Amino acid sequence: MSSIATREAPRGFSFAEYMTCLGGIVWREGLRFLHQRERFVSALVRPLVWLFIFAAGFRQVLGISIIPPYETYILYEVYIAPGLMAMIQLFNGMQSSLSMVYDREMGNMRTLLVSPLPRGFLLFCKLLAGTAVSLLQVYAFLLIAWLWDITPPPQGYLTVLPALILSGLMLGSLGMLISSGIKQLENFAGVMNFVIFPMFFASSALYPLWRVQEGSPYLYYLCEANPFTHAVELIRFALYGQVNWISLAVVAACTIVFMIGAILAYDPSRGLARRGPAGGEG
Amino acid sequence: MTSPAPIAEAQETPRPEGAAVPALSIDGVSHAYGPRRALMDVSFNVQPASFTALLGLNGAGKSTLFSLITRLFGIQSGRVGIFGHDVSKSPGEALRLLGVVFQPRTLDLDLSLTQNLLYHAALHGIGRREASARSAELLGRIGLADRAASKVRDLSGGQMRRLEIARALLHRPRLLLLDEPTVGLDVKARADIISHVRQLVTEQGIGVLWATHLFDEIMPGDDLVVLHQGKVLAQGPMSRVVAATGAQDVNTAFMRLTGAQTMPGGGA
Repeated sequence: MSSIATREAPRGFSFAEYMTCLGGIVWREGLRFLHQRERFVSALVRPLVWLFIFAAGFRQVLGISIIPPYETYILYEVYIAPGLMAMIQLFNGMQSSLSMVYDREMGNMRTLLVSPLPRGFLLFCKLLAGTAVSLLQVYAFLLIAWLWDITPPPQGYLTVLPALILSGLMLGSLGMLISSGIKQLENFAGVMNFVIFPMFFASSALYPLWRVQEGSPYLYYLCEANPFTHAVELIRFALYGQVNWISLAVVAACTIVFMIGAILAYDPSRGLARRGPAGGEG
Repeated sequence: MTSPAPIAEAQETPRPEGAAVPALSIDGVSHAYGPRRALMDVSFNVQPASFTALLGLNGAGKSTLFSLITRLFGIQSGRVGIFGHDVSKSPGEALRLLGVVFQPRTLDLDLSLTQNLLYHAALHGIGRREASARSAELLGRIGLADRAASKVRDLSGGQMRRLEIARALLHRPRLLLLDEPTVGLDVKARADIISHVRQLVTEQGIGVLWATHLFDEIMPGDDLVVLHQGKVLAQGPMSRVVAATGAQDVNTAFMRLTGAQTMPGGGA
């Protein structure tokens, strides 16, 4: 009896095995991203349209006073750049969630989930991989923005990195939480209307909140309660080498809550049940 | 007078306690999707170094069972053990010993063969150098070494299946599950895959659970489990199952067991 136990004694997983797994998932997500060039292009075109067209038209309408972290008067383009960086991550988070629904239907999610490593860890890796992809997009955007004379201090490109990782994780886990509720692929349009647009517009991405407060105090409170506002502000301050502690606390707390919720809510049987047992029909 | 008695059986299985722990044990497993019951009190074992055919029509519950064994679905009642490790209690240890080929294709079509294998190896915590060596070896064994850098999209259906089997073996599992792996393949590709998997049983002592609805894939020496509408109707060595129904072949035996209406004359 004991010989059986020793033969199959549980040995757990080493730190190196965890890291290999994480590395593999991020690597695959990166490869897949490189193969989807149109996704990369559209991820870039979206914020650039805002920057080149919307901001250019709006700069005459909307004057920006000196507010932290800025120390001088700034152009409107400079103001909305952090908001657009967060928007890239918002779209990417929702798109990764879409890909998880898609993966689930394609069976690729099965490959991931039969890994012997703990499921929570696998999903965390998946979120981190999605965040890594969003970083590629954001830095590509920053490069183009730099050519457009949006030039944060050089060290800002480095100090913004931790902020981007945290906001990417928050938006990715929010996407995953929502994706657990999506029944069909087409519902991504619903996610656009009911999640992405409200989050983006009711935030400090396009206009400073003191301006919003002048117009509508209620909208101001809504913006203040919007986690996306805090993602934007966290990125904005970090880009100028500063920390917005309140935003950091909100984003960190939301990340933890969304991630735990997403991992608990994730149930592969939801996506597979309809096709699995009947051997492919319906 | 010393008889050179080593029996073939004793020679082939050098694992002394091997027989004591089944490769796979399904014990009183039931599963329902809402009000619809997909599996009812299913119990059977797969022994190491054996080929067990899980025979059932579409909708019999085969895929549900596979999803439970691979812990994609939570187990509602009953117990699934892989070499003695409970899938719900210690999934890590259980899944480590398990290789799976699902019925729907689960390869990344835009990645190369090697990339697909390396990704799978990473998911099992196998380092890059070791993973590369194993991938090259397995690609050689399935005769696709020269395609290592091609995209999976460019492979034929049979080649994809062979790649999926190679992938399932990458972490050296001792139990291999295959869910209707030959569906949609031509005769040659089917024969290749069947003989490859049977070789794994005899040469490497891997326990195989092969779900199918194709009678001609089952050989007289196999273990057979007949699953119909979520229930196990018969199990045991194929020849015994067939004999018990008084039939001459699996096809007839299956029809008699399930009372299927497909026979000419339509008895039941």
